[in-house]
Order: sequence, then C-alpha cells, then structure tokens
Amino acid sequence: MPKKENLKKVMVIGSGPIIIGQAAEFDYAGSQACRALKEEGLTVVLVNSNPATIMTDTHIADRVYIEPLTVDFLTAIIAKEKPDGLLATLGGQAGLNLAVKLAERGVLEKYGVELLGTPLKAIEQAEDRELFKETMEKLGEPVPESTIVEDVEGAVAFANAIGYPLIVRPAYTMGGTGGGIADNEEELIEIVIKGLKYSMIGQVLIERSVAGWKEIEYEVMRDGHDNCITVCNMENFDPVGVHTGDSIVVAPSQTLTDHEYQMLRSASLRIIRELGIEGGCNAQYALDPKSNRYYVIEVNPRVSRSSALASKATGYPIAKVSAKIAVGYTLDEIVNAVTQKTKACFEPALDYCVVKFPRWPFDKFVYADHTLGTQMKATGEVMSIDRNFEGAILKAVRSLEIGVHRLHMDKMDAWDDVRVKKNLGKCTDERIFVIAEALRRGIATVEEIYEITRIDPWFLQKIQNIVVTENRLKTEELTPKLMEAAKNAGLADRSIGEITGKSADEIRTLRKTMGILPKYKMVDTCAAEFAAATPYYYSTFRAEEDEVEVTKDRKVLVLGSGPIRIGQGVEFDYCSVHSVWALREMGIEAIIVNNNPETVSTDFDISDRLYFEPLTTEDVLNIIDKEKPEGVIVQFGGQTAINLAASLQRAGVKVFGTSVDDIDRAEDRERFDEVLTQTKIPRPQGISVTNLADAITGAEKIGYPVMVRPSYVLGGRAMEIVYNEEELRDYMSRAVKVTPDHPVLVDRYMQGTEVEVDGISDGVDVLIPGIMEHVERAGVHSGDSIAVYPPQTLSARVIYTIVDYTKRLATALHVKGLLNIQFVVSQGEVYIIEVNPRSSRTVPFLSKVTNVKMVNLATRIAMGSTLKELGQHGGLYPARPYVAVKAPVFSFAKMQDVDIALGPEMKSTGEVMGIDYHYARALYKAIVGAGTQVPTDGCILFTVADKDKEEMKQLAKAFADLGFRLVATQGTAKAIQSVGIDADVVGKVHERSSDIIHMIKTGKIHLVINTLTQGKHSAKDGFRIRRATVEHGIPCLTSLDTAWEVLGVLSFMRERRLVYSLAIQDYVGGGDDLA
Amino acid sequence: MKGKLILEDGSSFTGTLLTEATATGEVVFNTGMTGYQEILTDPSYCSQLVTLTFPLVGNYGAAKNFMQSRRSFVNGFIIGELCAKESNWQAEESLGDFLREENIPCLYNVDTRAVTRKIRAAGTMKGIIVADDTPQAKINELMSVPIKTDVVRAVTVEKSYNLPPLGETTAESPHVVCLDFGVKGHILRGLQEVGCRLTVVPAFTTAEEILALEPDGILLSNGPGDPKDVPEAVETVKNLLDKKPIFGICLGHQLLALAMGADTYKLKFGHRGSNQPVKDLRTGRVYISSQNHGYAVDEKSLQNLPLEVTHISVNDGTVEGMRHQELPIFSVQYHPEASPGPDDNNYLFAEFRAMLKRGA
Repeated sequence: MPKKENLKKVMVIGSGPIIIGQAAEFDYAGSQACRALKEEGLTVVLVNSNPATIMTDTHIADRVYIEPLTVDFLTAIIAKEKPDGLLATLGGQAGLNLAVKLAERGVLEKYGVELLGTPLKAIEQAEDRELFKETMEKLGEPVPESTIVEDVEGAVAFANAIGYPLIVRPAYTMGGTGGGIADNEEELIEIVIKGLKYSMIGQVLIERSVAGWKEIEYEVMRDGHDNCITVCNMENFDPVGVHTGDSIVVAPSQTLTDHEYQMLRSASLRIIRELGIEGGCNAQYALDPKSNRYYVIEVNPRVSRSSALASKATGYPIAKVSAKIAVGYTLDEIVNAVTQKTKACFEPALDYCVVKFPRWPFDKFVYADHTLGTQMKATGEVMSIDRNFEGAILKAVRSLEIGVHRLHMDKMDAWDDVRVKKNLGKCTDERIFVIAEALRRGIATVEEIYEITRIDPWFLQKIQNIVVTENRLKTEELTPKLMEAAKNAGLADRSIGEITGKSADEIRTLRKTMGILPKYKMVDTCAAEFAAATPYYYSTFRAEEDEVEVTKDRKVLVLGSGPIRIGQGVEFDYCSVHSVWALREMGIEAIIVNNNPETVSTDFDISDRLYFEPLTTEDVLNIIDKEKPEGVIVQFGGQTAINLAASLQRAGVKVFGTSVDDIDRAEDRERFDEVLTQTKIPRPQGISVTNLADAITGAEKIGYPVMVRPSYVLGGRAMEIVYNEEELRDYMSRAVKVTPDHPVLVDRYMQGTEVEVDGISDGVDVLIPGIMEHVERAGVHSGDSIAVYPPQTLSARVIYTIVDYTKRLATALHVKGLLNIQFVVSQGEVYIIEVNPRSSRTVPFLSKVTNVKMVNLATRIAMGSTLKELGQHGGLYPARPYVAVKAPVFSFAKMQDVDIALGPEMKSTGEVMGIDYHYARALYKAIVGAGTQVPTDGCILFTVADKDKEEMKQLAKAFADLGFRLVATQGTAKAIQSVGIDADVVGKVHERSSDIIHMIKTGKIHLVINTLTQGKHSAKDGFRIRRATVEHGIPCLTSLDTAWEVLGVLSFMRERRLVYSLAIQDYVGGGDDLA
Repeated sequence: MKGKLILEDGSSFTGTLLTEATATGEVVFNTGMTGYQEILTDPSYCSQLVTLTFPLVGNYGAAKNFMQSRRSFVNGFIIGELCAKESNWQAEESLGDFLREENIPCLYNVDTRAVTRKIRAAGTMKGIIVADDTPQAKINELMSVPIKTDVVRAVTVEKSYNLPPLGETTAESPHVVCLDFGVKGHILRGLQEVGCRLTVVPAFTTAEEILALEPDGILLSNGPGDPKDVPEAVETVKNLLDKKPIFGICLGHQLLALAMGADTYKLKFGHRGSNQPVKDLRTGRVYISSQNHGYAVDEKSLQNLPLEVTHISVNDGTVEGMRHQELPIFSVQYHPEASPGPDDNNYLFAEFRAMLKRGA
C-alpha cells in the first residue's frame, strides 16, 4: 500500500534509446523503480521506446508501452490509462523534459495526474540557469559569475566585462550537448552559436570558468518529511573542465578534509531542501584546491548517471528508495535492502575505494576529436572496487576492453620523450596513459604533472606507485615479496608477465604456488558495522580475511557484457539478466560477473551472487577458484564473454552451451568455410589474406566492390566497402594491423536485402521465433539498419530457404542455445553473411514482439535440456498479425568530426521500436521514436552519388508528388529534371562559398537525401553537408532505402491518424509469462 | 617492521608497525570516511585502540586546525593504508609524522574490515599491538594490563580557563560553565558561535564551585569511559539539576541520566561513525549524526522519571536524547559539534542558547 492513498496507478517514463549522455543507467533505475512500485501494490504503466531494456519486460510493469517518447504519444497514453501519478525523475533528462512539456500543455491537469518526486518548480529552478542562479543566491550558495544570453552580442559583452576563460552551457540539454570552454572571442562566438541551437529554450549560460578546480559530486536524498541524507560523494580524478561523464571518478572523495567534505555535504542538503525534491538529486561542485572556496556548478533534480554509480558504489538503491519516497514513504520507514535490519535513512559508509572509468567510442570513431571537454563523449563506463586506488584503477583499466591491461599503451613505446611530454598537456581519453608513461620514463615529476594537468597529486602519486612497482618487476627477481607488492599495486598476472617476460598463465601458476590469492569482500553499505544480507562482492589482494562463504548448492557463473559501447549495448545485459533469472528458476545458484555500474545485471538483488569484477581470464578464474561452479555461460555476454570462452576452457572450466570448438568453427574463416561446404550453403565469394599483395590479387579475382574487414569482429569494426585498388591499399595501411595471426577478410559485396534470424537450438531442433528484414540493403551494418518483423517483401521460398539454412547451420555447429545469422538475399538467392553462436543485439526485440522467452529457453538448453523437453517444436513461429520495427539511434550531435553516412561500420549507440498493426505506422513510430523530425512539407535537398542517380529519380518524383519542393546539386538536379520534375540547382559546397550549408543553417531545407560519393572534393562536400544537418537538427538520409521508407510513411501520414498506442500486453496477449 | 593486533580471544591480524611502541587497550572501530585526526584527538577515545574501517588514511595529512583537544589520548591506531604523500592545501605534515610526534602506536596495512567484523560479532574486546616476533610471555603480560578506568581524570583540563564568544562579548552574552570530562574543541566552539561566554572547568569541580561562577547554564561535556566510573561527577550533576539550565553531550548525557536516577549499560560494540541516523521523536524528523559512544542510557530506567526520550537511534532504537519534563535540562548521546561528521545537529547549540537568560 502506498502511503499516498490516492495513488492506485502510476505512470513511469523511461529514458528512451541509449545515446551518449543517457545510457543503460536509466534501465537500471527504471526497472528498480517499477519493481518498487509494484511491491506497493500499485498498477504500473511504463512508457519507453527502447526495446532492449529489462524495464520494458511485461513482468516489470503492468502496462508496457513501447511507444515514442513524445508529448503526443504520452498524452494519448495518459488519456487511455488515466494514471493517478506520474514518475518522471527516473527517465533521465528525457523523462524530465517530457514531464515539463506535459505539465505546460495542461495534460497533467486535464487528466488529474499528480507529478511525483520532483516538483515542476524544482525542475525549472535547476534547469533554467537564471532561476538556478537566483535560487542559489537566495540560499547563499556561491555560483560562478555568469549571465544568460540569447544572442552572441550579449556573450561578447559579458566576456569583455569578466575576461576569459569562460564556460558556455546551453539550457535544457543533456550530456552537455553544445557546450564548451572559450579562451578567446572567436571560440566564444562559435560555441555560443551552437549552444543556442541546442538549447530547447534558445538560451546559453556563460560563466567564469573554474577549470582546474577539484570537481566533487554529492548524491542526496530527501523525503516528503524533509529528512535528508547524502548517499555518497564522489571526487573526479580530472579537475573541472572535463564533463563528469567523461571523467575518471572515485568514491568516496579522497583528498577532502572532513571540513571540506561536510561543507559540501551541508550545501547539498540546503539545495535539495530549497528545491523541495522528494527523491534523489545530484549536486556538483568546484572546490578550490588551495582554499575552502567552492562554487555550485550544477544540480540535477532527478536520478542520474551518477546516481546509478553511487548506488553500485555504496549498495544503496537510490532509484528504489526514490520510488518509495515518491509514493509517500519517509526514509526512516524504508528498509535498507542490503542489511535488512537498518533503515534507508542513514548514510552509507564505504570501506573500499571505487573507481569509475568512462568507455569512449574512439575505437569506432578513429577520426573523431579525442579532446575531452564539457561535451560528453563516452558511451558507457566501467566501475571497479578495491581496498586501494591502485587496485581499483587497474581493475577499471582492464575492464575497458580497449586492448590494455595496465596503464600502458603499446603505441606510446614508439613515442620520444618530447612527444610524451607534449601529450601531457592534451586532455584526451589517453591522458592517464600518457601520465603513467611520463612517470615510467622519469621525464616528469608528480609536481610537474600536477602543474600541467591539475590532477590532484594524490592521484598522480598513486600512479607513480604503480609505475615504481612495474620498474621493480623489470629489474628485480620475482620473489614472493615482489609478487605480493605487484598484486597490492593492482597489477594483473598478464601485466606482471608482460613486464617479466612470462605468460599470464605462468605468473598465475607461480603466484598460486606462492599462496598469493585474492580475498573477497562484501559491499554492505555500512563498512561491516551490521551483518548484511546481500551477496555483492569484490576482490582484493590487500586483505587477510575472505568473507565470502561458498554454498554447496549447484551453481553456474554467467559472464556479463562489460561497458556499453557501440556494437555491444544494453541488449547483452538484458540477455545476461534473463539467463540469471532462468538459472534461478531452475534452482541453480546464479553468479554474475560484470563491471558495468549502469546495468540491471549489477543490481544487487538480480543474481544469487554478484561479483563486481573485470571480465578478464584472470579475474574470472579467480572467482571460479573461489566458487567452484559447475561451469560458465558465455553466450549472453556479447563478444566480451565469448572472447573468454577459450581461455576458460583451457583452464579446465566447463563452458555450458555451444562448445568452444564450435564457436571457433563459426568465427574462424577457414573452418567456417568447411562448415558451409559441408552444409551446402552459399556465401558471397571471399578470401582471407594475411598481407597486402594477397589482398590485391584476391580483390581482383572477386571483383570490386569488395567488403574488407579484420577477422573476429564485433559491430563491424574497421569494416569498409572499397571500390578500387587505391582504396584497398589505403584501407590495408590505415584501418587494420594485418599479421598472420590477424588475417583480413575480403568478400564480394552483394547489394541485396539483408535478413537477420535469431534462433534457439538444442543441436537437433531449431526454434526460430521470427525473421527480421532490414530496410537498408546489405552494406549498411545490421546494427544501423532498420529491422522489420515480420519480413514484408520476402517470398515464401526465400523464407523457407532461410529456415532451412538456419537449421542446417545450427545442427552442423551443434548449437546449444542461441544463434544469430545474417543473410543477404540477392536476386532471389539466399547467401549467408555471418553466424554468431551467441545472443545478439536483436534478442530482446524479438523476445518482446514474439513473446518467446528466448534467453530462458536458451539457458535451459545450455544446461542440458532440449526444445522437446521444454515443450517447444522446432521451426519458424507463425508471424504475428502486427509489425514491429527496430530503428537505430545515433549520437552524432555529441561526436564532432564523425561522418554520419551509414556503412558497414556500426555507428549507432541505441535503438527504438515502433509497433503497430499498420506497417507504415510502426515505421513512423520507430522513426519518430528515434528522434527524427519528419517534415510533412517544405524543401528536400538531393545530392547523390552517380551510381544512385537512376534509382533516385523515382524517389524524387514521389517526393515531389507529395508536394515537397526539391533542390539538388547540379548532377543530381539534372537527373531529377530528366524525369520532368522541377529541382532548383544549388552550388556544391566547394564551388560556391557554402551555399548548401547556408541553406541548412538558415532552415531553408527540411530533409536531406545524400549518398556517399567518391572523389576528394565531393567526399569532403558530402561530409560537410551531413555534419551540417547534425548540427542543425535536420534529418539526413544516407541510404535510398531509408528514404523510400520515409516516403511511405509520409504518404501514410496523409491518410490516417498517427498517434495510436497499445500496450505490449495488448499486442502479444501476454501477461506475466514473459518472465 | 611487521606487527600484529592480537585480541583477547586469541585472534590476530597482521600489519606494519609505524614505530616500535606497543599498546594495550579496548579495540573499537569507527566507520567515518574522513576526520581521522579529529578522531585521534577526541578525548573520548582515551586509552582505546581505534581502528578505522575506511582503508585509505592520511590522504590529506595532518594540521593543527583539525585538533579536537590539546593532544591525542588514544592508546593505539589500527588502519589500512597509511598515506605516505598527503595532498591538501591545509596539510602541515603527514599523518605518519603526526602519529610519531604524538607517540601513538600505529599498526597499518591491516585488514580493518576483518577486525571490524570480529568486533561486530564478538563485541568490544581488549587487544594489543605488538611486533610480529614478540614472545608469548610479553604478549601475555601486555594482555593482562587492565583497561584503564580513571580516564576522565586523564583527559580533563587541569585548571579552568575562559573563552569569549565569537564576535563581541556583550552584556547579553550568557555565561556557560563547561564541565570538561574530555571536551572536544568543537563543542566549545559551537557554544562560542551562538554567543556564549565560557568557563571550562576540570571534571571534578564541585557544584558549589561551579555555582559560585554564576553561570547562566552548564554544559556537561563528552568524555571517555564508563559513566559509572565517575561517581563524583554524578554527584556534582545531581547538585546542579534544579539550579541552572543544563545541556549534556555524550558522557555528559549519561552522567545526567545517572544523576536523575536512571541507569546506563554497555553496548556490544558501540556507535562510532559519522553516519548514525537519529530520530527526533517530537517531530518525526531524522538527522544524521556523528557518534562515539560505547555506553547508552537504559530506556526502561527512565520510565518513572521526569525525563522524556526525545531522540532514538534509527538503527537500533537506543536512547539518543532526552529532556527533563519540567526543568530546562536536555541532553544528547551524539555529537552536535560533528568534527568529524555531518553538521545536521548544530542547531542544538542554538536551542541551548535559547534556554539561557542572562542573570536568571
């Protein structure tokens, strides 16, 4: 029973697709909140457009709407569901912004919906800079001198009065979009123009920069009775100037005196009280490293990314407690779920050091600007726990999966001292590695590095400690004492091996003989003051006692998927969580290992045991040594987990599900060719090469264009389509490191329809819940394509063939669990592109729309069951009468210098789903849900490659028929005019001083259709046009296939109502059985 | 040098000794994440071996500014990592240097979580800090050193002294006599901040002597040990009860209870930390408090007394504050002056101030 007795039904808004600045943390927060509300007997209505989430499972909320997060759709859902309350503080900035709009439009008032948690006024006070400043000034809390401007002139005038550096932040955005630090007038003008564009209300704040000060955050909770607590504070490794989402962060603060700690804590309490927030809130401060002066930088009146981090860092479930508070409970009435004895009204005491490390997408966006500033660029993060900073930072580093396992990057070995020193001054994703390198070489002292970077000497000293230990390993004999010192300094066996010239296995064996083993400690919110009930553990070498008691029950380890990155998103966490649930249903103790604080899988009450540890062979084997599970499940943790399978098996660990050898048969090019020969399945012709010469001959034999990529990839990393030898040479020298161990694959590029299948196999039968057809033709990465369930254009024969091939492959590969296959259908023939004998990105989507418990079945099969035993027949499930469309979502606005053109390299960060009985409306929902502003009239710019001109003509005509005005570059215009359609000619970018760009900037163009062109000028022009559309928020379609579908939607929009919502439960007829 | 902490139940924890000094004392743990120097110099820890659950200690060094009394009275310090290179603008020296200067035996590189878990399960215990190779005979000898009971006498000020209010002394500035049972500097500061003029007197000053100072109110300070070990102080408080407004803090609160005829008892492992939730029963509000107490007032013993329980611990329901039903007398078990810890309860000094009428 909620304390607020008027509440019977509460609506929760999710945060939508994963984008930079808004990642999986809101799935974690939202799921926890929905469960907390259901516990109170409330009917929960959830709206979220992101199907890859746990929160959109039908057992998390009573009514789940996977619909676009727009005011129109939310209004329709509110009208239909008539909730008593709305909880918007768990859906990130997206949720909060929607709540504001719903209130402004009078929707909440009209339907009598109470806004729970944060009052509207508080949202405004925290978000509107002028109001924020006023509020803080009233409280006596210092804020940096600042002004709000709505034009460039105002900004310059303020700068003339105050001086530089200045920081620019747009009002009402997320992830710091469009902000920056200006050191001079020119920079100021540029940043302000962009900021004005991004602000929802056309305002930017300009303020004195306190760059270089310590950045400190507090997570605060308040209930309706005005009780306040701080959950935790956090100190940024990087000083003010780097977005907190891009900063390495430690919890609790390490360099603050008690006085400083309490001073900022008290300020946080005053702020949350003044704002009147009921729930969680985050306050960020700049603290002068040389005095007690501080400034309040920012307040988030909601659950945030930092809240997720604070929850995992302390064990305190902020989202759950926020939800309980929102429905009327006070902090002292809510039980501390971790101890089960004490109450939520206390402040967690940590007895360990937590480090958060951001995961940036620079491995995908090689050419993007690596500089870190006020605009967040990370897609995800990892967290680590240890008893000292050295251990925690190195655990974090090896959790990143960026090819490093200590504070050392191979490439820097080739740098001379001058270059290392120079790079100390560059604030990029690699700075901590540069710092370690400088210390390693002894070319800069801690003090000198502090002067350059303003990173507190305390942190630098810790890096120094690690480096000193590394240097000892180089020169001294590896005695037990030194081994102990190395492990105390956090170095992995692999790192010790690398430095001492031994293998990781050798070090591991040696270390175990020396009796140097990790100990496991518990995260219990109270520093052991009370006995805790929650099995949430971390390892440390700096301890005597291991407090983890191993049970005698049957148990299985599930490997998680690590940080959110492009190519491996929240989908894999969804799968890991469902696998854990399946094991628990089977009465098997489920142990999860993961390092991502944003996820549901690392919530303390999901698994029987949670080990918050890096996903490396050593770290996982240590847990296995401790727990002695029957085996591990690797197929749900994406490539992260699959990559560990072989080494775990070598160490004698049982891998449940598809065997390691069969995984290799699917992933190894040559072995897979054998499988295809044996099963008589055709694939696009291709070869595997280990040097440039072979690549050139091979490509010629196959015929250009060819698709080139390194073997063993995820998310199409470094995959390109090349059209001639020159491009091939360029690719081979630039994009890949080709060695005999790392061959490059050269395949014929087939321009056909791409089809994706997820199946569950027991090695004999295969269950295919559904087939997905991609809108974009092959060549666009499957993760960036719009996928449609069920297929709309495939013939019965093609579908039959696909099912047949799937079955052949599953049996040939002895798949025990999930498999994902991508096909290309060209001229009626089906070819295979690739097989992944594991869960895929589409599993949550397909599970939801078909109502098949895919991961649950796959887990049971991996554990030895068969489809028959599970009451399932093999074969393809009949297609449902509705259509579901999965559309990619990109974060291009956050990443400058990234080309938005779609290609074989995956670029999207998230996805949305549109579902409807009408295909066009499902597509409309997906497109709108993805944030695309589909224009209903206006002007379309066409500029396409020669190869696309023929096809484009019909498209242009169709758009013109709908009443759009067309403009085009000369060649394209000529093609359009050839079919009798008017098209105004605009100059190419390099021809006439940015004519097109100017039209985009001034809002004269409402949609751009642009395909990738070759050639120096046009390639550059195209890039500039595409970037301009991003900066100015205009949709740009880089595939004609997408454009055709948009055309379909536009035609459909003329005839029918667009806003129509049904809950997933209405579509699939399901209830609780998806659990 | 390798060293170890041995508890009276025989369990032992290894670490590194900062100096060669050995120590005996009651082992208690504090869960605060900051404020190690304030803890070390809080006289209430007199004779104890203090362990900190937070493993990284000394990060911001040591400075005079953080002192809560003229020196440290702890018998030993047991911690995880001892920071070799501190970093903070206020730091005047490293914590290691401070410990050496104060002659505090320190065992570091200890798994203090293991120590804490032990004490949590078995209750507060006696322990010793010794070098790793200490012979058993010496261990036995150290272990048999009795726990000191005259701790208040050890920490109280020898001679009384005066402190002006912060800001100007005026005719309105009330005069508070503070009985120093081991008072923390910030308690005095808290009173000064609300405009009180202070006379700090030794713990064993009699009621007559106190009243002769013509105070407007009396503060019973915090301090170490079992309140029943200072019956003289209980007598003194008895004689002050209906004379002047009284504010008791921590040991002062317990002495007040005993003086009123209530009882105190020893807690299994005490409350020591900066995160202790306390509920004000009159308003239902919860405040986070700094606490350091091994004894508590027995709630049942208050039943027939004119005392009302005003605050309880949210964690275990023990008495954390009480008020006289008729007289201007109140007390709290926790530390409104914080230092270390949260400032939530600073308002209590103002409440006390409001009770004081100049010349009344």
